[in-house]
Amino acid sequence: MNAADALVAGIPLSHGLGVAGILFVLGLAGVLIRRNIIYTLMCIEVMMNAAGLAFIVAASRWQHADGQIMYLMILALAAAETCVGLALVLQLYRRFRGLDLDAASRMQG
Amino acid sequence: MELIFYICSGVAIIATLLAIIGTNPMHSLLELITSLLAVGLIFFTLGAPFAGILEIIVYAGAIMVLFVFVVMMLNLGRATIEQERQWLKPSAWIAPALLTLVLLGELMQLLATQPDDHAVAGGAIVGAKAVGVMLYGPYLLAVELGSMLLLAGLVAAFHLGRSLD
Amino acid sequence: MLDLLFLVFLFPLLGFFVLAVSRGHISERTTNVIGIGAVGLAALTTALVGYTFLTTIPTGGAYTQLLWQWMDVPGFHPEFALRLDALSLVMISVVTGVGFLIVLFSAWYMHGEEGYSRFFAYMNLFITSMLFLVLADDLLFVYFGWEGVGLCSYLLIGFLYKDAENGSAARKAFLVTRIGDVAFAIGMWLLVKELGTLNIQDMVAAAHEHWAVGSGVATAAALLLLGGACGKSAQFPLQTWLPDAMAGPTPVSALLHAATMVIAGVYLIARTHGLFLLSPVAMQTVAVIGATTLLIAGLCALAQTDIKRVLAYSTMSQIGYMFLALGVGAWGGAIFHVMTHAFFKALLFLASGSVILACHHEQQMARMGGLRKKLPLTFWSFVAGGAALAAIPPSAGFFSKDAIIHLSYVSGHHGLWLCAIFGAFLTALYTARMIYLTFFGEYRGTTPDAHGHGGEVHRPTGLAHHIPLTVLIIASVVGGFWGLKLIDVLPAAPSGEQPMWLEALPLIVSFAGIAIAWPLFMTFGKTTERLTHHGFGNAIRTLWLHAMGFDWLWDRLLVKPWYWAARFGRRDATDIFGRAVLETGFTHANQLIALTQNGRVRWYAASIGLGAVLILAAVIYS
Repeated sequence: MNAADALVAGIPLSHGLGVAGILFVLGLAGVLIRRNIIYTLMCIEVMMNAAGLAFIVAASRWQHADGQIMYLMILALAAAETCVGLALVLQLYRRFRGLDLDAASRMQG
Repeated sequence: MELIFYICSGVAIIATLLAIIGTNPMHSLLELITSLLAVGLIFFTLGAPFAGILEIIVYAGAIMVLFVFVVMMLNLGRATIEQERQWLKPSAWIAPALLTLVLLGELMQLLATQPDDHAVAGGAIVGAKAVGVMLYGPYLLAVELGSMLLLAGLVAAFHLGRSLD
Repeated sequence: MLDLLFLVFLFPLLGFFVLAVSRGHISERTTNVIGIGAVGLAALTTALVGYTFLTTIPTGGAYTQLLWQWMDVPGFHPEFALRLDALSLVMISVVTGVGFLIVLFSAWYMHGEEGYSRFFAYMNLFITSMLFLVLADDLLFVYFGWEGVGLCSYLLIGFLYKDAENGSAARKAFLVTRIGDVAFAIGMWLLVKELGTLNIQDMVAAAHEHWAVGSGVATAAALLLLGGACGKSAQFPLQTWLPDAMAGPTPVSALLHAATMVIAGVYLIARTHGLFLLSPVAMQTVAVIGATTLLIAGLCALAQTDIKRVLAYSTMSQIGYMFLALGVGAWGGAIFHVMTHAFFKALLFLASGSVILACHHEQQMARMGGLRKKLPLTFWSFVAGGAALAAIPPSAGFFSKDAIIHLSYVSGHHGLWLCAIFGAFLTALYTARMIYLTFFGEYRGTTPDAHGHGGEVHRPTGLAHHIPLTVLIIASVVGGFWGLKLIDVLPAAPSGEQPMWLEALPLIVSFAGIAIAWPLFMTFGKTTERLTHHGFGNAIRTLWLHAMGFDWLWDRLLVKPWYWAARFGRRDATDIFGRAVLETGFTHANQLIALTQNGRVRWYAASIGLGAVLILAAVIYS
């Protein structure tokens, strides 16, 4: 990557990471606000996706494949997490006849 | 290139915001899929086409379809929407919103004070071949671990998904 | 062959581990194979190593095997090293040989008992610890084994832990010996501070270099080691635990409290003889303690009614002889008596175990009698063991005890010699009394008593019962002919002449004791009993029965004040402060923090988010 390329291409690193940060914070807000377990899971997906975006931005910055590998790992994690999470949704629905996450709060100190 | 990036970013952020404040799960899911597609496009603009394709196929395709499938199966209708409206009172969301806003502010300040401000898009494309060579070379162990994680997820889903009796 | 030495302790150690992890889930047969097999292999290895050692004695008369460095700090380098010389060879032969026979006997004695494999695990651990004790080349390593055997003694005395009395006997043994152990530990610290090493050879050499004969610090170190020896060997004034230790199963009494563990004190003094030679005061103290104990224990043994307690007091008294021998400089005689005593006292204890089981767990001699015809092997065991105990020629005990009495005279300690002669008379008297009461006359236990003890005698069967008794009978009779060559390790005994009639005196008093015992306890037994249950006779009998009142004395002097101090300490200022401020404070703080744990996932996620906010703030604004 030479100086001419740097002049032409114009997305600064901080903008890419900024988008990732905004998406992550939105996901976190959703986790904190929503009581419906499906929404909670969706918001966790958003957060993980934002982390993946940050990795891709970094990979692009260094012109390297490592960041994309990390994104693949996140993808595998998200798939596994969705599997377990949705199975939990079904269990919650069967046991409490609803999707209220706060109903499942018996595990307290 | 830059323009596409900013447009996609805007779409992603707005769609995500709509998804998390929506009350109809089905609508929220569609908005989320929109957001994911936009992020996939961002990957293209950043020179990572392989990741972009995976984002669309696996994330927006497979994972979100799983969500859709579960929402369909649970048959969440009007009662759910009413319930969501009740739960989304200001007293429930103001404190978390403030907390996350503070976090956002901190993140932005960190980014703003970064000295490294090189451009990232428009450079050389890191394609599927480069990723594949790395994946099955130095990262082979990570691939194995990832496959084990997926297997564990499968077993757990099988176990948890059984009916109570 | 000598480098196989480490296997001697490795086999029982492995046996212990296997039995301990099995947690009682294996059958008695498997337990026998592991528990007895391990000790048997150790005995075989000992025989092999011992044979090699005796045929080709290494230079310097000792073979040292360094296992590993224990710790390595400036000025202090204790090692895990095994040292095989004539002294430790005698000791490991006794420990593994007699140990094997006793463990074999246990298979018969403990048959069907609860915790069968636990028992054998403890026995294996004990033998391992005892081997550490006698093989160690370093006092710290000796102490390791020393504490190990103390632990095993505690575990085995309290083996039948469901009876609270056994537990308290175990605690008593542990605590009383602990007093001696503390003295031992202080002695070691003194030696490290003054001489900088605990390796026994180096330490003794350094002591001879730095200290003059009779110097104060040498006396202090020797007396502190003597304190440890007194505790472990049940010598005056720490002797009170041994009779109560008879609460353990009889094979335990035979192995720990007669043949091996209690002679650890004798071994320690013999091993560090170089140090004791520097202090005539300490030597004199050893001799006086030995003489005192042998008289006290001999008198107490006369009044006991429990067959195991008679043997316990006789053990104490015989160890008194060994201490006496050490004190007058008859080192070899003491170790010789250790060996023969291990043979005949193990035999007597095992035979008493045989009697006790035959009479349905009856230990009172008043409910025995006339067993001579019913238990012939046991009877002959008692005759052989008793003859050795009373030093009747040609049994093993005659040679060793006669040597001790002879040497105490020729070394010029005539007062101690008189004590030893009187002790020999007492020994013969109480041994004869025990055998007469148990095996002669009429059987007095035909009807079971309130506890279900007594009733018809049933004759013991099985090789696990016969073999150990037979082998030990032979050893007790002919063991004295195997002279020990300890001259490489221990200094020569004093030599001198003794008038002929004094030479014969021990033999005369022994026969006299046996002869007097018959009319005293059998022909006129009723008269003796009447005399000792009224007035002055009763007072004497009660005093002897309760071990001269030492338990009572220590209770008043030490235990009661200690309890009082502990009760007082429970209400002092720090405790009040602790209860009022710390306890309530922590309880309230705990309740407050417990509120945050409300089981809501969103709450936990929010706390993670808050943490992230705080950490980022710290990063940004620092």
